[in-house]
Amino acid sequence: MALSHLSSTRSNRFLRPLAAAAAAAAASSLCRPISTSTEPLVIETSIPFTPHKCEPPSRSVETNPQELLTFFRDMATMRRMEIAADSLYKAKLIRGFCHLYDGQEAVCVGMEASINKKDCIITAYRDHCTFLGRGGTLLEIFSELMGRQGGCSKGKGGSMHFYKKESGFYGGHGIVGAQVPLGCGLAFAQKYNKDENVTFALYGDGAANQGQLFEALNISALWDLPIILVCENNHYGMGTAEWRAAKSPSYYKRGDYVPGLKVDGMDVLAVKQACKFAKEHVLKNGPIILEMDTYRYHGHSMSDPGSTYRTRDEISGVRQERDPIERVRKLVLGHDLATEKELKDIEKEIRKEVDEAIAKAKESPMPEPSELFTNVYVKGFGTESFGADRKELRATLP
Amino acid sequence: MWGIVGQRACRHGSSAMSLQGTRPVIHALRSFSTAAKEMTVRDALNSAIDEEMSADPKVFLMGEEVGEYQGAYKITKGLLEKYGPDRVLDTPITEAGFTGIGVGAAYHGLKPIVEFMTFNFSMQAIDHIINSAAKSNYMSAGQISVPIVFRGPNGAAAGVGAQHSQCYASWYASCPGLKVLAPYSSEDARGLMKAAIRDPDPVVFLENELLYGESFPVSAEVLDSSFCLPIGKAKIEREGKDVTITAFSKMVGYALKAAEILSKEGISAEVINLRSIRPLDRATINNSVRKTNRLVTVEEGFPQHGIGAEICASVVEDSFEYLDAAIERIAGADVPMPYAANLERLAVPQVEDIVRAAKRTCYRSSSLAATA
Repeated sequence: MALSHLSSTRSNRFLRPLAAAAAAAAASSLCRPISTSTEPLVIETSIPFTPHKCEPPSRSVETNPQELLTFFRDMATMRRMEIAADSLYKAKLIRGFCHLYDGQEAVCVGMEASINKKDCIITAYRDHCTFLGRGGTLLEIFSELMGRQGGCSKGKGGSMHFYKKESGFYGGHGIVGAQVPLGCGLAFAQKYNKDENVTFALYGDGAANQGQLFEALNISALWDLPIILVCENNHYGMGTAEWRAAKSPSYYKRGDYVPGLKVDGMDVLAVKQACKFAKEHVLKNGPIILEMDTYRYHGHSMSDPGSTYRTRDEISGVRQERDPIERVRKLVLGHDLATEKELKDIEKEIRKEVDEAIAKAKESPMPEPSELFTNVYVKGFGTESFGADRKELRATLP
Repeated sequence: MWGIVGQRACRHGSSAMSLQGTRPVIHALRSFSTAAKEMTVRDALNSAIDEEMSADPKVFLMGEEVGEYQGAYKITKGLLEKYGPDRVLDTPITEAGFTGIGVGAAYHGLKPIVEFMTFNFSMQAIDHIINSAAKSNYMSAGQISVPIVFRGPNGAAAGVGAQHSQCYASWYASCPGLKVLAPYSSEDARGLMKAAIRDPDPVVFLENELLYGESFPVSAEVLDSSFCLPIGKAKIEREGKDVTITAFSKMVGYALKAAEILSKEGISAEVINLRSIRPLDRATINNSVRKTNRLVTVEEGFPQHGIGAEICASVVEDSFEYLDAAIERIAGADVPMPYAANLERLAVPQVEDIVRAAKRTCYRSSSLAATA
């Protein structure tokens, strides 16, 4: 059954059943190949949803073995990618800022499971995994992080500035909070075009207090825009705990007149259910806020050890009790959808994929010097632009 | 306490303890004979803020991660422990809000030091800096003065990309009502920070992340708690007679390196560390150009409508007949800051750019071909 579905294009890697693993499993003469069944499976979320001014969706989430195994693979890939980025940063191959998402994988993976590529996602600077979920490749990611031509922004953006417009991913923003009004703008355009699609604007607990968020939310509510505000509450805005930054850290209620839902952001099925619910809601009723209760294992960025404002016990406690990948592993094993060895083989495969992508990215050349002057404008009217010494380096903008 | 023989003129030295006459001169001379102390810019800023907070209870500190985190760049390290949470306040990530609150506190007589984690984020608060702070003394005919300091790192760092690398010197310096300072050395950092905190007007204090870790020698005078530098005065870092090079912040270091290279080629460059962007020390700049007859302006920020443009205008207006060559401008490239290391290097002035421009003013090309 599994083997007959063997085919995958590179870009659909993450959506395809685990063809290679299945082949390996069959080859090593295990009696049952890893499950790729699409028979529905109903699983309860870890905890019920907490609503604000709305009826919460059911705790029972419809999924299937194939989807669960895809969740496992996707999140494990993201996890491995971020850990590899940590090493590359320490080796000084990545420069500047590097904000890692490990621990929060369930949010972007669960979201992708409930939407399509015509729906839009916009986020801040912790964007590597969100970009991957939108169809980005490991090669594009590592190339961009190392400032090479093969990067998704041709090496000109860096870690905080990944984009994939054709799959509805609008970045990748460095200024805290700015992405929220921008996301409302995406939703405005979707409604204007009568698209029947929605936008998810992701922000953190630190950004949740930004005034511009409330300004844009007010307008979105007045104009019934199909916008879902998603607060990825990892409980720390850089080094400041949520209770020190917010008088009310109940971010799902902060929309006041805008309904909200609090979700266990470490439970990929809960995230999927909430996003499905939210998409249906906003197309009929205007904005909604989803608060994802999640956690980042790394510090705010690679310059932050992450241990001066929280205890190591807290970090290891979350890893032990709530890790999103471990939750799915337990579900898969508990429902007998794969063996421990098969899952470990998947992880080995992922490790190899990530290593290969890094090796290939290292071969990508640095951008041509002429790229300094490209993309300043779409239409430059032949104006001149200059380098540091205007008589030595200049260019005419097309 | 170090004995000091002289004291720089500063505004309202209510906190200035004169040590003249309390120690015999011999002791002071003995202090000067010890080895020169070195201090990082980071420690210089920290000690200056510490001393001013100690001297004046109305001074308080506000910004993201300034307290418990000890400062994003550790500039405010130890201050929360020393002065407590009433005077060192960690804010949420809401620049427009806390900047407005800071300006309001200044209206009512307090002396806030508002930190922007970088000046890129000050754009979220620029309405309060310009409309609420800079213009209030004028609009109220002197009733509402705003003794506030806005400080933080400005300009490019290393690989932080387009949204985190802009230099705001020319934006703020174009606005009447603001004072804009840019230290280079540790002496600058200490003296200008103290002057800024004591000043009754809103001061924009532009630091540089890459300079925080650099060490500079500091004299006993600089280390004294009454040390202060005058606002509006540039410093001639290196005297010369062939070409004037103006710079501020990190570019002063580059200009000094360029001057060293030029001197080996027989060109004597005078390097002016502006220290004060607004008010701009036009007198020092013009006097220097009248001596050397040639000028290269250096800045990190975008070239159009930049600091160099204003300096050019000033020299053309006041010292036109003294110019023997066209004025040269070295500035950041006229593009958003790219991330890739090789492109970033092209986007920020390098020492060789300054050398090349200086030579052009001397009608010497970079090639070895000699012309009679």
